[in-house]
Amino acid sequence: MFDKYMICEDGFGNVTEGGDTIGFAFQARLPYYRGIGLSMVEDIAVTIDGEAVPRDQVRFSVRGRTWTLDEMETEYSDRWNFGEKALITVLRAGGLPPGKHKLQLAERIRVSYLPFVPTTRDTKVLEIAA
Amino acid sequence: MSNYEIKRGVSLYSYQEEYFLGTKSLEDLIKVSAEMGAKGIELISEQTFPHYPNPLDQSVYDNWHALMAKYGTTPVCHDFMLDYKKYKNRPMPFDEQVASCKVDIDHAARLGCPYTRALVSIDPDVLVACADYAESKNVRILIEVHAPLHFDHPWIIRHAEAFEKSGSKYLGFLPDMGMFLFKFPPVWKAKFIRDGVPPHIADYICKAYEDRTLSEYVILEVEKMGGVGPAIGMAITLRHNAAFEPKRMLDHMDRIWNIHAKFYEMTEDLVEPSIPYDEIIKVLKQGGYKGYICSEYEGNRWIQDAFPVDSIEQVRRQQEMFKKLIGETATAPAA
Repeated sequence: MFDKYMICEDGFGNVTEGGDTIGFAFQARLPYYRGIGLSMVEDIAVTIDGEAVPRDQVRFSVRGRTWTLDEMETEYSDRWNFGEKALITVLRAGGLPPGKHKLQLAERIRVSYLPFVPTTRDTKVLEIAA
Repeated sequence: MSNYEIKRGVSLYSYQEEYFLGTKSLEDLIKVSAEMGAKGIELISEQTFPHYPNPLDQSVYDNWHALMAKYGTTPVCHDFMLDYKKYKNRPMPFDEQVASCKVDIDHAARLGCPYTRALVSIDPDVLVACADYAESKNVRILIEVHAPLHFDHPWIIRHAEAFEKSGSKYLGFLPDMGMFLFKFPPVWKAKFIRDGVPPHIADYICKAYEDRTLSEYVILEVEKMGGVGPAIGMAITLRHNAAFEPKRMLDHMDRIWNIHAKFYEMTEDLVEPSIPYDEIIKVLKQGGYKGYICSEYEGNRWIQDAFPVDSIEQVRRQQEMFKKLIGETATAPAA
């Protein structure tokens, strides 16, 4: 459910820090009918223009706090709320060139009552302005 | 004088599409529900309230009660989750599960809900351990009997036996009407075809469902027909759904205190094509049911890839159907 709403249309762009472009970022939501604790987010897999991003290059941020995916697994209090737009940052020196990019996202969440661990996917082509 | 009192309500779960996208506020949803005469309100707090089950400001509760008063609605049920898989490599200890349920019981009490919904996979011993606390807060814990489980399944019988043995009057059942799925829902079929299932395979699966063919035979047959990927996925839905009989509720009426009126689609002529609500309401009347029947629309996920979702119109149609089936007078006084 909500597959097509996972990658948000707004918020895609390069990320600069101290004058350097350190990567790119986009906004994403959970494909689920409620929020969940961050320890139950098992993976946020990003593929950009066909190239899989290594897990340790992905950062997750909500409400001004940032975690690596490994750090999220032991975050037992903060949550990714229902419909909340999180910022997903991919560390990648130089970021992405201007133009269109194919962004693929696969979120895997551990839901207590499900007899499997669902992975839900979304793909969008988004543009970085010149 | 009838011995039943079937009241109309709605679970805010029904409006998840609009609430997710932020096109409707909590107040909007309470207001439209009241306008339909769905005066009982059920909610999944982890959907409705950001950060829950972390502690919420008093203002959240004040606002909730203000909305109930403003629109003449009644809190019915807080659906809780109990994330016993919170820790990746170990189960949540028993005592922590009990403590977690108590947070939800407290929350239900603060919302004014007489019931709180426990998911069907929760260990009955955890619920029994919470019964006295629930009684002290005057909140009844209801295990949701949901497909593929049903009232004759040993897991549910184990709950029933545990509830009886406990002697508590604060443990009961919340049946989800999806377990009485008597036809393969047309919106599911259409979605599977959009996902690439060949129409002749989709037709076969629907026919096999109506023939009550065992799911494992259907899956094997679909494989023989050359079905792959989404075709197998469509066949596998038969493992998780079956046309159990509404009358199976009758043995448990003394512990059925709330109902999820699950639906996938309401047509313009006020029919849910896959769930036999005429039969269901008949059974509830026969069983002397006194409580709410809460709309639970779950069609958005089956159409949102291709069509606009209007959850409010869908719920409105189901409520109109209930008015007829329950036999409410055309001009019910505003309670």
